[in-house]
Amino acid sequence: MTEQVRVLTSRWEDDRAHEIDRFMELDGYASLDAAFAKAPEDLVQLVKDSGLRGRGGAGFPTGMKWGFLAKGTGKPTYLVVNADESEPGTFKDMELLERDPHALVEGVIVSAYAIGCRTALIYLRGECGWAGRRLQAAVDAAYDRGLLGRDVKGSGFDLDVVLHRGAGAYICGEETALLSSLEGQRGQPKLRPPFPAVEGLYRAPTTVNNVETIAAVPWILRNGVDWFRSMGTEKSPGPKLFSVSGDVRNPGNFEFPLGVPAREVIMEAAGGMLEGKTLKAWTPGGSSTPMLTGEHLDTPMDFEGITAAGSLLGTAAVIVMSEDVCIVNACLNFTEFYAHESCGKCTPCREGTDWMRKILLRLETGQGREEDMDTLKDICDSIFGRSFCALGDGATSPIVSALKYFRDEFSEHVSGGGCPFPGSRVVAAAH
Amino acid sequence: MPLSEQNLARAEELIARYPQRRSALLPILFLLQAEDGYVSPAGVAQVADLLGLTRAEVGAVATFYTMFRRRPVGKYLVSVCKTLPCQLRGAREISAALAERLDVPLGGTDQSGMVTVEEVECLAACDGAPVVQVNTENYERLSRDEALRLVEALLRDELPAPTFAAAGSVTEPSTASLHWRLAGLGDPPAAFGATAAAAEPAATADGQPAARRIGREPSPPEPTEQREAGEPQPAEGAGAAAPEAPTEPEPPEGSGEPRRGAPVDRDAEAAHEAPQDEGPAPERGPSGSGEAGR
Repeated sequence: MTEQVRVLTSRWEDDRAHEIDRFMELDGYASLDAAFAKAPEDLVQLVKDSGLRGRGGAGFPTGMKWGFLAKGTGKPTYLVVNADESEPGTFKDMELLERDPHALVEGVIVSAYAIGCRTALIYLRGECGWAGRRLQAAVDAAYDRGLLGRDVKGSGFDLDVVLHRGAGAYICGEETALLSSLEGQRGQPKLRPPFPAVEGLYRAPTTVNNVETIAAVPWILRNGVDWFRSMGTEKSPGPKLFSVSGDVRNPGNFEFPLGVPAREVIMEAAGGMLEGKTLKAWTPGGSSTPMLTGEHLDTPMDFEGITAAGSLLGTAAVIVMSEDVCIVNACLNFTEFYAHESCGKCTPCREGTDWMRKILLRLETGQGREEDMDTLKDICDSIFGRSFCALGDGATSPIVSALKYFRDEFSEHVSGGGCPFPGSRVVAAAH
Repeated sequence: MPLSEQNLARAEELIARYPQRRSALLPILFLLQAEDGYVSPAGVAQVADLLGLTRAEVGAVATFYTMFRRRPVGKYLVSVCKTLPCQLRGAREISAALAERLDVPLGGTDQSGMVTVEEVECLAACDGAPVVQVNTENYERLSRDEALRLVEALLRDELPAPTFAAAGSVTEPSTASLHWRLAGLGDPPAAFGATAAAAEPAATADGQPAARRIGREPSPPEPTEQREAGEPQPAEGAGAAAPEAPTEPEPPEGSGEPRRGAPVDRDAEAAHEAPQDEGPAPERGPSGSGEAGR
């Protein structure tokens, strides 16, 4: 059995942790003095040594990302926090901001100091009212106490933080699209290279990091690299938030060391399947990661383990589906999402997601044809690796994996003249 | 003018926060929406002048994001999450029922102009499925009947407390107030929000106050009966809840929100297109405490 850990969640049980005084009683902002006592480059090295990997989905090593920031450009360096959490099934960052918003502010101060940033911007999802109020209050309180603004805590380091609300666009979780949006443009991705580390916000060196990533940095500083590496695996060290939703008894966020077997997350922490139900499929990292099945429950949930099982760790958002969930219906639901959220910039994603939506809808409503499965696969092949950004790739994940594990169920939709599951909910509400 | 002189000053305050003026475009569009109830064509022209952009450039941005509205929105914006974890717990039955009750298609505003109902994508609160928001504040694990009661209260201009009220979450008393806050200008003017707090908080489906936190005690399985029952599809809800409606000549706002896959010329048009009012401008309550229940 893997024990749950309390690092990022250590203050979540305290219902006053969002207040700055209480946060400081709980050792909040304690990492600042330690940070200012070090040279910035030593902090970057520390994060490199810790092996911290980005918690926003891609798992790119954070210290390396910081190390890529162009030096001597004569332009400012920007830290942009990606708080635009919107991958279906993912709800870790919003709970962190609701429960412990100063944890992010503390991480922003340490990280900005490390990379020589004087203006940090937090791009927060617009639809999350409570998290927004909490974070705004935390930023305001930090200014009041001299933890932001000029000469932070007498260190000589100046830092401004701008909280910026998104306006409803999943694509803005993609880092170059996020930067476009921050510049007041449509949130469409940009060609890379140049990468944001060289030409990001306002064409200046920029790092874009996830909330959970930045919130982890002060802990590494306080407790050390060895402590951080004592959790997780060699290549995926540290603690991680897992969001579990769907047909489980106890949905919620759980913090485990990376590498925890999926079975322990789903069947133990999240309370197992709803009564009388059996597991059919689950996503390891949100809707954009290929579904896995009950056969994969012993897979270690780290970047390597989940990749070896044929999927991706993504945001570690586990959506659990039971036997009575129609897989075609589930694919239709996800594909409606991608068709709606496709930014329209590139043809494979813009057109392909909508075609797939139409085909899945006709399968679900009894208009399907035997060749539809091949057509779906064909469209997926035309999107994957050919779309401008990862949104298109992600859109193919549910369908490709569903065809791999549940192809017969697609066929039944054709031979049976529609969805064989009673009370098919997409049809009920939407069509 | 759409933005009053006073709010133009606030817009300059927003511009000053950013290294480049244009970065303030999204916040300023929220400010405009707080004042006008939607992104009005006159407002687009005004914002374009303010930032040195063309109307087409501003329109292109305004139509890209789902939270910017091209028609006036009600005082209360009810958003039902439709993505899988919520759908698994009955979200589509809720959205269909609410649309039917308000007698509008999804995205529409009821005749009194009080309540707009829409389906939205994942709201990042999947452990509280099904999630319904009022003015972006969460009302989690509601049954269909509880969601209907919530909307009944809103129609009476009463605002039930959100799920996490005990932990400090507060629902914005109007969409005007919400949009002001989204602009990043702090507490909205009192005129933007006074609402009678409803006597009864919205209970969760199992009658327990929801305590979203890690390691929560296992909760009894509740809302799954609906989908196991295999109920006949509500025919009356079917037409009312057609987010695609591809053949409708004048799609309702919400379903007719600019599709980002649409040909680009729609964006240019947007700046010039006068949105036809489908409902009255949002009600703004009399002045009073905008922070009821805090």
